[in-house]
Amino acid sequence: MIPEIGHYALILALLLAVAQSAFGLLGPLSQRSRYLDAVPFAVAGQFVFTALAMGCLVTSFVQFDFSVRYVAENANSALPIFYRVAALWGAHEGSLLLWIFVLSLWTVAVTLRSRSLPPQFVARVLGVLGLLSVGFLLFTLATSNPFLRLDPAPPDGRDLNPVLQDFALAIHPPMLYTGYVGLSVAFAFACAAMIEGRLDQAWARWTRPWTTLAWAFLTAGIALGSWWAYYELGWGGFWFWDPVENASFMPWLVATALIHSLAVTDKRGLFKSWTLLLAISGFSLSLLGTFLVRSGVLVSVHSFAADPARGIFILAFLVIIIGGALTLYAWRAPLLRSDAGFELTSRESFLLFNNILLVIAAAVIFGGTLAPMVSDALHLGTLSVGPQYFNPTFLLPTLPLLALVSVGMHSGWKRGNLGRVRRPILGTLVLAVALALALCAGAYDFSVMLLPVGLALGLWIALAALVDPVDRLRRGLSLPAGIVGMSLAHIGLGVLTIGITVVQSVTVERDTALAQGAQTTLGSYSFRFDGTAPAEGANFSATEATVTVNQNGREVAVLKPQKRNYWVQQSAMTEAAISSSWNRDLFVAMGEDLGQGKWSLRLQVRPLIQFVWFGAIIMMVGGVVSGLDRRYKLPKTAPVAAAETATADAQGQAA
Amino acid sequence: MKALNRFVLPLGGFALLVLLLAIGLRQAPDKGIIVSPLIGKPAPALRLPLLNEPAVMLDAAETFRGRWYLLNVWGTWCPECRYEHKALTEISQRYQIPVLGMDWKDDDAAAREWLQQLGNPYEQVVTDHEGRTAIAWGVYGAPETYLINPAGIIVHKKVGGLTLDIWQREFLPLMTRSGS
Repeated sequence: MIPEIGHYALILALLLAVAQSAFGLLGPLSQRSRYLDAVPFAVAGQFVFTALAMGCLVTSFVQFDFSVRYVAENANSALPIFYRVAALWGAHEGSLLLWIFVLSLWTVAVTLRSRSLPPQFVARVLGVLGLLSVGFLLFTLATSNPFLRLDPAPPDGRDLNPVLQDFALAIHPPMLYTGYVGLSVAFAFACAAMIEGRLDQAWARWTRPWTTLAWAFLTAGIALGSWWAYYELGWGGFWFWDPVENASFMPWLVATALIHSLAVTDKRGLFKSWTLLLAISGFSLSLLGTFLVRSGVLVSVHSFAADPARGIFILAFLVIIIGGALTLYAWRAPLLRSDAGFELTSRESFLLFNNILLVIAAAVIFGGTLAPMVSDALHLGTLSVGPQYFNPTFLLPTLPLLALVSVGMHSGWKRGNLGRVRRPILGTLVLAVALALALCAGAYDFSVMLLPVGLALGLWIALAALVDPVDRLRRGLSLPAGIVGMSLAHIGLGVLTIGITVVQSVTVERDTALAQGAQTTLGSYSFRFDGTAPAEGANFSATEATVTVNQNGREVAVLKPQKRNYWVQQSAMTEAAISSSWNRDLFVAMGEDLGQGKWSLRLQVRPLIQFVWFGAIIMMVGGVVSGLDRRYKLPKTAPVAAAETATADAQGQAA
Repeated sequence: MKALNRFVLPLGGFALLVLLLAIGLRQAPDKGIIVSPLIGKPAPALRLPLLNEPAVMLDAAETFRGRWYLLNVWGTWCPECRYEHKALTEISQRYQIPVLGMDWKDDDAAAREWLQQLGNPYEQVVTDHEGRTAIAWGVYGAPETYLINPAGIIVHKKVGGLTLDIWQREFLPLMTRSGS
């Protein structure tokens, strides 16, 4: 009964989504305001029914209803309740449902927060969002219904790989989706502005907090996925340029560009058509990304038609939504003219570079990700694109980008002038370079050229981001959330840069044979093998090695890796030991017993790996702080009147 | 007019992308439901202890070099594996295809008992307690069966229980087509 209720709720949600887009997009053409008044009700109703459908699927999972095919395929009776709930988005059908639910949440938020905006404009925004909802609901109901039954019901469901049962992995998809779908708000605002012909600065200002929040979620989602891959999978890395990772990284890069270009459009009325294009592409890429990943399209070319019906539906949907938006763009963007100028060293031009470089970075990844597909489609043979391509080509736009951040974020609008912060900025540059050189000379070395460069850039970005807030505090000025958020996000970028640079250049690994009491040096650490002792667990006996790690004569960690023998299974297993601290991970795993107390050991030192996650967290917090800035809260009446005149101007008729 | 062209560019680029996706889509139907990105690629390394002799490690690439074989992922905790077992036994006997069993996340004693009771269709059975190898092969749930050709390339994968019908329809043609 419950799955049928869920199914029915989805159908009702679809009907309401149709109403929402019809009233939202066609309503403004009529003179009657009650068409517009109907839109929020459709939004609310759609939210209620989507939530109900989610609730029904969760209930089926919690109650072990294996007659529901999706439940039987993604959970079994041994699965703890937390992972049964998380199993909801474990596969394609449930992910789509989650996507729809998140879209509905964002739509409700936009409805509530936009009451002071011109009603016709809001209606169009909600209309566009409704259209997206229609597409996804249709897709779900027609090809990917999670509520289908199995007859006969299997006695139990399929068991999932326990490595996939992990907290980080369980909350990673919702975060990522909230980010992906959040970009639909910017997309909808851009489309509404183009439909209406209201292409002044207003839409950019209204869009900013939404984009920043979506970006923050996207950041968190990507970081969680990377953290999981590092700690749970133990693959010894945090980024693999996997198509799935790339699919989430491309929208992130474009969203980052969009945040910056929205600032220019909002403050100075420049880059208008460019900003529109970014708003369209950001969401388009996340749309492409989700579909590619969830239907397995990008994992392999062959997987594109996971189910031919699905593939065709996806393609049709992409054509309508993205093609529609780009057609609107081709029609409306030529009307835009920017009449304000700016100097080469002004903030505008720095942000222009920022945008160009970020888009190049996204394009590089796009090319690398789709290349295997192109090669296959043209019968050029199988092509595999890996880190050998991505690492160097990604660095090309990224290095200049990082080098420009510190000056760019402090240069004045219109005229390139650092003003009062000129000296502190130069000071931070000198300090950063000195620190980087000192670090290389002291803790690391100069064997990898990127190390001092990356360190100096990261340090400079983090230090320079502090200049403005410190300056304001010293002068007794207030610190608006926008400034705090911006500083935090850039500090996070600096920390992330430092982390990635050091991990990539300084990680050392060695497989070595050590006799008892012998030691070996790895970087600045010396590992001493203190011998083995028998150990016992609940269901195994083990040989436990003791490895004492010293740094500069001081003991920093005692690692106890084990080689276990399980009694029942009579099987051996290796349990590595990791010691994590804020500035490095130490890793020891036992190899073979070489006799006479000698063992082969695998040793690793991964410095500053934690900085990668710290950096991402700081960036995310910065995004949230900035997105919730009060300056985006619109006063009740004033801007409406102003915006109304703008519309009138744009349409060349009386409002 | 010149200005217009510039703004049509994104649309043109997108049209190209759609074309590409459409080609990918058109080429796909004969491949049916996708199962794994590994198909057509060399099989990932598989070096695991034998169920009956845990001290001995089996290297699949070495053991099965130059032969067609099936990798069957199963576990005693998996009800569908029990239904599948009969079909697997019949396939391995009637078609003389060696089957490598991967006992996944399982209790060794229970697994031995299972094989004693139900019969053993496997040429070799290895155990994957940690599930790392299963991750490398992209195993999502049991049972799953992979077909690997003599060159060590994964040719096909079946998610869920194997039946004689599926074997004859999906697996067998792949082997004869390649002239084995």
